[in-house]
Amino acid sequence: MSQSVLTNISSSVKKGITPRSLVSKNMAPYVFLTPFVIVFVVFMVYPILDSLYLSFTSAQGSTSDWIGLANFKNVLTDGLFWKSLGNTAIILVVQVPIMLFLGTLLAASLNSKFVKARVVFRLAVFLPVLIDLVTYSIVFSIIFNTQYGILNYLLGLIHIAPVQWLQNAVWAKIAIIVAITWRWTGYNAIILLAGLQAVPETLYEAANVDGASRVKQFFFITIPMLKPILLFCGILSTIGTLQLFTEPFLLTNGGPNNATETPVMYIYQFAFQSFHFGYASAAAYVLTILIAILSYVQIRVTKGGEL
Amino acid sequence: MSRTGITPKIITYLFLSLSLLVSVYPFYWMVIGSTLDGSTIFHLPPHLLPGGHFIQNLQGLEAAGPVWTTLWNSLFIAIVYTVATLYLSAIAGYSFAKYEFKGKQILFLVVLVTMMLPQQVTLIPLFKMMSVFGWQNQPQSVILPSLANAFGVFFMRQNMMNVPTDMIEAARIDGCGELSIFHRIILPTTYPALSALAILSFIQQWGNFMWPLVILQNQSSTTLPVFLSMLVQPGQVIHYGQVLTGTVVGIIPILVVFLVFQKYFVSGIYGGAVKG
Repeated sequence: MSQSVLTNISSSVKKGITPRSLVSKNMAPYVFLTPFVIVFVVFMVYPILDSLYLSFTSAQGSTSDWIGLANFKNVLTDGLFWKSLGNTAIILVVQVPIMLFLGTLLAASLNSKFVKARVVFRLAVFLPVLIDLVTYSIVFSIIFNTQYGILNYLLGLIHIAPVQWLQNAVWAKIAIIVAITWRWTGYNAIILLAGLQAVPETLYEAANVDGASRVKQFFFITIPMLKPILLFCGILSTIGTLQLFTEPFLLTNGGPNNATETPVMYIYQFAFQSFHFGYASAAAYVLTILIAILSYVQIRVTKGGEL
Repeated sequence: MSRTGITPKIITYLFLSLSLLVSVYPFYWMVIGSTLDGSTIFHLPPHLLPGGHFIQNLQGLEAAGPVWTTLWNSLFIAIVYTVATLYLSAIAGYSFAKYEFKGKQILFLVVLVTMMLPQQVTLIPLFKMMSVFGWQNQPQSVILPSLANAFGVFFMRQNMMNVPTDMIEAARIDGCGELSIFHRIILPTTYPALSALAILSFIQQWGNFMWPLVILQNQSSTTLPVFLSMLVQPGQVIHYGQVLTGTVVGIIPILVVFLVFQKYFVSGIYGGAVKG
């Protein structure tokens, strides 16, 4: 296989550039892992544990007392926390299925052998994936503008009255759903496309011989074959949606009347606007536990996508 | 293939064309908007051709704040982070893929579990830590915590497992040291995986918003996205031409990175995560 690689190695050895004694084979993994482990322990493991400790204290600024489960009790009895969870649940339940369906459709279309200029379509679909959350939120705030936005202009062309996209509780949620769908459908389509390329072509050929329509092929071959990857996308999207922050922060600032407040905005406000570190840590842990439960349920319900 | 009728073809093309339009339009409009002045941006139907106000918008943006400094901050943070995380992930992933050592299973399990945790759990302790270190408004306050990148390690491990062990053994027999094996053989052969991780890491760090918003509060030390978000805060006059010019400036580095490495984009987003 790699005659050239081997020759390269031998020649570099001969030149004496490689002091073999520097790291022995047994020591190597420990030496190689040390930099990562140091960073990982200091900036990941320690913060996770410290956050757990804080969630049982009244930490606010620099003062802090052990108060047991009081923070958790307060979080779980705060109507605003539940409202933020409810908002996210609505967005999740509506948006993720729409996005996964559109993503699968896109992936299947991009994978069609007869489509010309596939590269152009692919690049176009990938474009939203590249754009950062702040940029697209700013652009969408203008698209959703009641007076000057293109959406209401297009609706006006078919004689529909202007919609108060960002000022109405229901429409604000829809606006966020539209925005997230725009940003993430292409991302899911890429993952699904890679999965589709592993589906054996013979399945479709056999279906063609049997005279199955393309719609039937989509529902009875494409979707079942993609099940494990759809599950993976579903879990990623669930985790992502439960951590929604930038879009509501910039598009609606949680409004109107907290209709687009999300749990992470809730945590952010308590942590970094009023510096209730203990309380915010407890809320963060409640969110973490919820994400863990939801991911577990999704894996169980779909039997791991029959992996 | 021959059975593919005309109608499904038309429907597929219609769907793809509509997707293309919807995907590209906001981006296209953003670029056009950066060349228009405040009054014409909101003209309906929207302008489809560029105007001549890009330079004025840019000058307005420069007057609104240290835009070039924030662009440089973004570049510095994203580049240093990408290079460092590639190296750390590669060498750690290689250890997990190709060595047997005590504590390997447990360490890898801990890395995997943290991949599932929402980022918010670590923010408050990190904030306290940065205050103690006096690192607020310093780039390392963003770079170092991001380097605890469990995904990168997992991704590189998956790819390193495909490197033939025979090749490593052959190198050992020839007297090649462990460090040289990694630098001279493993790194070059995993170039596609490294490229994919480079795109992902760069885009992710460029778009990192909440943590820089918290820890880089000085206008002169913050990143470009955070700077732009400050220009659209509620309760102030928003100069959309200037803001859109800023977004166009911010898109350029991402496009450059993408074009350089795009060959590996699909495998990159998919690879590490699903591959068994």
